[in-house]
Amino acid sequence: MLTILFDGIAYGMVLFVLGCGLSVTMGLMNFVNLAHGAFAMLGGYVAVLAMQRLGLPFLASLPLAFLAAAMVGIVLERTVYRPMYAKPHLDQVMFSIGLVFMAVAGTDWLMGSGQQFVRLPDWLQGRFEIAGIGIGRYRLFVIAICGLLAVSLQWGFTRTRFGSRLRAAVDDARVARGLGIPVNRLFALTFALGCGLAGLGGALGVELMGLDPTFPLKFMIYFLIVVTVGGTSSITGPFFAAMLLGVADVVGKYLVPQIGAFIIYALMVVLLITRPNGLFARGRT
Amino acid sequence: MSDPRSGSSSLETKVRQALYAGRRWHPAEIAFWLLAFAAFFLFPRNLLLLNEIAILALFALSLDLILGYAGIVSLGHAAFLGMGAYAAGLFAKHGGGDPLAGLATGIAAAGLLGLVTSPLVLRGSDLTRLMVTLGVALILYEVANSLGWLTGGADGLQGVVISPVLGLFEFDIFGHTAYLYSLSVLFLLFLLARRIKNSPFGLSLRAIRDNPLRASASGVATGWRLAAIYTVSAAYAGAAGALLAQTTQFVSLDVLDFHRSADLMLVLIIGGAGYLYGGLVGAIAFKLLQDLIAGFTPQYWMFWIGLFLVLFVLGGREIIHGGIKAVAARLGGRAAR
Repeated sequence: MLTILFDGIAYGMVLFVLGCGLSVTMGLMNFVNLAHGAFAMLGGYVAVLAMQRLGLPFLASLPLAFLAAAMVGIVLERTVYRPMYAKPHLDQVMFSIGLVFMAVAGTDWLMGSGQQFVRLPDWLQGRFEIAGIGIGRYRLFVIAICGLLAVSLQWGFTRTRFGSRLRAAVDDARVARGLGIPVNRLFALTFALGCGLAGLGGALGVELMGLDPTFPLKFMIYFLIVVTVGGTSSITGPFFAAMLLGVADVVGKYLVPQIGAFIIYALMVVLLITRPNGLFARGRT
Repeated sequence: MSDPRSGSSSLETKVRQALYAGRRWHPAEIAFWLLAFAAFFLFPRNLLLLNEIAILALFALSLDLILGYAGIVSLGHAAFLGMGAYAAGLFAKHGGGDPLAGLATGIAAAGLLGLVTSPLVLRGSDLTRLMVTLGVALILYEVANSLGWLTGGADGLQGVVISPVLGLFEFDIFGHTAYLYSLSVLFLLFLLARRIKNSPFGLSLRAIRDNPLRASASGVATGWRLAAIYTVSAAYAGAAGALLAQTTQFVSLDVLDFHRSADLMLVLIIGGAGYLYGGLVGAIAFKLLQDLIAGFTPQYWMFWIGLFLVLFVLGGREIIHGGIKAVAARLGGRAAR
């Protein structure tokens, strides 16, 4: 039982790394980016390719995944995303769905539709036991990395100058701009960071979630739940939401596999019924 | 001293006249429908495609009712399509093959689903609506997937046998009956939609769309009106689903898939929302485009759809709609003159 819980936490950690970039972009520019999963998929494929073709070790491929996704994020932000900020939500949604479709079909064309795998180094394979709890080495590794990331993000968000400017811009972009904060550049940076994190999460998640061209569509709803439930104004909100979702999903799939993914959708609808306006109210002000 | 009363009654006559004017048929509309029925004779080899267009047009019409007239965004309209399709398919399998009764079943089932889910949709902002509709569609997909004993799960619902329409016209593999049947249903439901649009109810919906706060301040029961049109729209989508199930005699999980909802958005983006014909024009353009592209790259159709979505949103949309509106204005101006 505790092993399942542990797996759930590892899963939730990856979801957090994947989703936190989305929550910041959503909060900052009030932009609905359903294509966030495409960046995660990019990171995953970069990691897989770096290991298979270039023979890089697993640890070296992780930063590469981060960089690749961040670079693509910057380029896309500059070229196609920027005109979308002022448009209504529906347009943004259609636009990013279009991007997802292109990413899915393009990846299928380039890489084939099969599932991709990574070969983990020996020291990350297998599992050991502490006090009767089976702990997978890789999962522990994931939790350590993501935990570290979460702590440093929280620190960066609350303690640094960048973080305070960011929070000011999220709260009220107009006033922040009036105070001389370069909101656009701030946003481009944050967008790149979010995309990079998504790429890193995608690379870390290959082992846990699998990777194939339909990844952005399959996990779109997960990211959205993380953001909806967690809110867009902090790091801790999405963190707890991702934990909740990860544990609920893994536990649900282990204990009652018949209903499968049903649990998280039901969870989402229940949350939306009980808190219909509080979820996105902040982004609209 | 009877100024206010006479003022309100003259306003009432004006509104009445405007509504009646909207009900009048424009020659272009008559030509459009004549052409649609004439297509049966003009393109006898492409009836299956025409049938698909008619069904997609009905589906788009259903989304147009809520998006174009009431301003409700939805990313999960496939839920109602699938509900109608499964209801009609199961009816044909277990309750007899009469197509009209099956159609009624599909409409009723989807309408009921729309009524039940409408409280969810009426809350919150556009973003919440997008999420909730998406969530509802995903839940239905999961439900249909896990209820394998009822729906056939991933294998699809097989053994759907439809008896002849009205006991006279049998369905054939060339789609003769299918096209005329779908087109007739589309036409009748279009007439109904047109009547709804030009009724006081339709007018109040547009008021809600343009300014919900002011509409409710003027005494419009916003929530109830929106719930009503959402249910009607769901029923329309259910009709499209039922037609799909009956004319293909097969229902698969694909009818509930997310790409159905996204395709539908693209149809309305191509055709433009809010003037009833948008969905129809969009459906024709979309299916022809799909047919054309599928001719050389059947596998990567999704890529092109994505590209079109991106391009349309980035800039092409206003151009096309501006063009359509200009033409419509000229036609309208000529008619008024």
